[in-house]
Amino acid sequence: MLKALLARAHQGHRTTAYPDGEPPALPERFRGAPTLDPSRCPEGCRSCADVCPTDAIGGDGSLSLDLGRCLFCTECVTACPEGAIAFTNDYRLATRRREELVARGQELALADALERNLRRLFGRSLKLRVVSAGDCNACSADVNVLGTIGWDLGRFGINYVASPRHADGLLITGPVTENMRLALQKTYDAVAPPKIVIAVGACAISGGPYAGHPEQHGGAASVVPVDLFIPGCPPHPLTILDGLLRLLGRIEDGSRAVSSRTA
Amino acid sequence: MTAGAATRNGRALALKDVPSLEPSHFRGWLVNALRDKGKRLVSYFGSAADSSSGPAAEGISLVAVLADDANGRLSVARTNCDGTAFASLVPETAQPHLFEREIAEQYGVRFEGHPWLKPVRYHHSYRPAHDAWGRPADATILPGVTDFFRVEGDEVHEVAVGPVHAGVIEPGHFRFQCHGEEVFHLEIALGYQHRGVERSVVGGPTKRTLPYMETVAGDTTIGHALAYAQAVEALAGMPVSARAHAIRGIALELERLANHVGDLGALAGDVAYLPTAAYCGRLRGDFLNMTAEICGSRFGRGLVRPGGIGFDLLPAQVEILRSRVAVARREVTEAVELLWETPSVRERFDRTGTVTPEDAEALGLVGPAARACGIQRDVRHDFPSGIFRFVHLPVMTAHHGDVNSRAYVRWLEIRQSISFILDQLDGLPPGGPGAAAGVMRPDSLVVSLTEGWRGEICHVATTDAAGRFSRYKITDPSFHNWIGLALALRGGQISDFPLCNKSFNLSYCGHDL
Repeated sequence: MLKALLARAHQGHRTTAYPDGEPPALPERFRGAPTLDPSRCPEGCRSCADVCPTDAIGGDGSLSLDLGRCLFCTECVTACPEGAIAFTNDYRLATRRREELVARGQELALADALERNLRRLFGRSLKLRVVSAGDCNACSADVNVLGTIGWDLGRFGINYVASPRHADGLLITGPVTENMRLALQKTYDAVAPPKIVIAVGACAISGGPYAGHPEQHGGAASVVPVDLFIPGCPPHPLTILDGLLRLLGRIEDGSRAVSSRTA
Repeated sequence: MTAGAATRNGRALALKDVPSLEPSHFRGWLVNALRDKGKRLVSYFGSAADSSSGPAAEGISLVAVLADDANGRLSVARTNCDGTAFASLVPETAQPHLFEREIAEQYGVRFEGHPWLKPVRYHHSYRPAHDAWGRPADATILPGVTDFFRVEGDEVHEVAVGPVHAGVIEPGHFRFQCHGEEVFHLEIALGYQHRGVERSVVGGPTKRTLPYMETVAGDTTIGHALAYAQAVEALAGMPVSARAHAIRGIALELERLANHVGDLGALAGDVAYLPTAAYCGRLRGDFLNMTAEICGSRFGRGLVRPGGIGFDLLPAQVEILRSRVAVARREVTEAVELLWETPSVRERFDRTGTVTPEDAEALGLVGPAARACGIQRDVRHDFPSGIFRFVHLPVMTAHHGDVNSRAYVRWLEIRQSISFILDQLDGLPPGGPGAAAGVMRPDSLVVSLTEGWRGEICHVATTDAAGRFSRYKITDPSFHNWIGLALALRGGQISDFPLCNKSFNLSYCGHDL
């Protein structure tokens, strides 16, 4: 018992001060929101689009990057001879609408809060049932980590619950495999309305690397309506937390400018 | 093991040098090696790939890889099968039980005499009009809808859980046959995570191949990416710099640390010992952040690439890692040692979920689950490749095969991995990161093994005449070990299930691919 008390003293208080204080430091090589500078693209160049594993880069004449498909792998950065694509360490990526995940070098709209009546219901207490539907366990792990003392999701009244009957909504990871489609549908049906759905990770948004495979359905939206998209492969816990807090209206700074660096 | 071609971990063979045995000879070779000589089945799979001495258009080829752990030797052979039926080895030796079910499901081959020939992942056969269970081509195949063992009698009841579980956990379906509180039998049905990885690799490598490998089991990104890189490097004859080998080794051990520490925290949480649960939950993240320090991703995405590494370590990063590992060593030691000194924890860990060494050997368990039964089995020691050819790590074992042993083996490995990483950081060799593209040899086969944190990861790749993948067989350690979890529950209580499950912490997606 004495050792347990000593350990408690040594280990200290480790919960991040975020969002009231600074977020935890991200590593220098962390890849968050991209910056795109279409003005640098040579005529007809498709170097970046050709190497993208998930075809996230639009080759329709204007440079665009779909964060819902992006694996943040930097193949495009390496392939671009002109430095038109770069990844910043901005961890804020979540949006409310699928199309808002497509970056074109303009401002990216960040997730806005739930409408008033839902905020009144969920703003101080949001219980989520997590459903893994073909994820590789990386998204699950970084969703799960928010429950540890480092992040302490409970501070915000957000908890993961054991039953859809206890839940206000679902948090879905994975591309929704054919073998999980029915279970996901049943789980969704078991949540009492009004309910919300959060899709976490490239797989749950677009199918990720598995897009197009007959064994899966290309993301959560194929089965249930999605209210919040949190991109990444997997998203950093900070990205997930930022998205959840924006949804509940606890962080409000509408959109952000993505700097288009000029040469 | 004279019947098979001798090979080494990460060494390419010409397909023509892989003996194609008569079916009876092939079966005799396997039964003799597995039942009488104590060898181990590393991989056993079907392949529709045509090759120089391959099967007729209607048939398939069966390929088996055996390991002689004590002598660090691998042996590989194949046989032709008519594509409809093949005699099961399971009545003679247990190890092929799940491999045969997998081949049956993928290629529609009925294994005659298999005691429990059920689907593994619940998908249609890869060969149209060939189904091991005679299901029509347009049949709807639902996961978990199959035969299960049933016990009947007074006070006998069945408990079914999943696929959606109570925690943040991947989906699987578990059925317990209970007599009062006692579990007679647990049967596990998976397949819910099946994404079709293996089939998609054929014809590659493509720009998606590396992302597939990194997400076979996302918590084992480094382990699987390393097995893949080793396979490609062997087939393409790519050299890898000593520095890349060292950094790969650091990443592999960081992955082991993050998961072992997380597992010990989860085990503590399951017996309601919150101090260790809380500290280890946080410390797991510290190790993930060290991996992110190297490559920007907490799971090591983009770090291991064929030919080398995607990210080099700068001197400043080496310093950061060294100081963080030293701090983590102190904090992990304190957090974990609380477990061994707390009677209420030991009471729950000791003699819970025991797997006997005989069963572990007979089923070919791998990783900490096997080492907890006293079995000296570790790819880093038995089939060393990369950095482990130069740094010899002793195998960490415990001897009771219970939750306590599985926890303790993890603790021993945590200490060893931390020492290894600090040593590597102190003496990183010079050299470039590498990672160039290469052309793979045509008509070849390679067996690539790495020791992931769950145990042996095996990738077997074969190439066609154009040097593209004609078959790519992935065996995650979980594939060997799920049956171990089922056995661990026998004679236990359902209330012990979460604890046993965490003590194995197997991958659902790594099994389901």
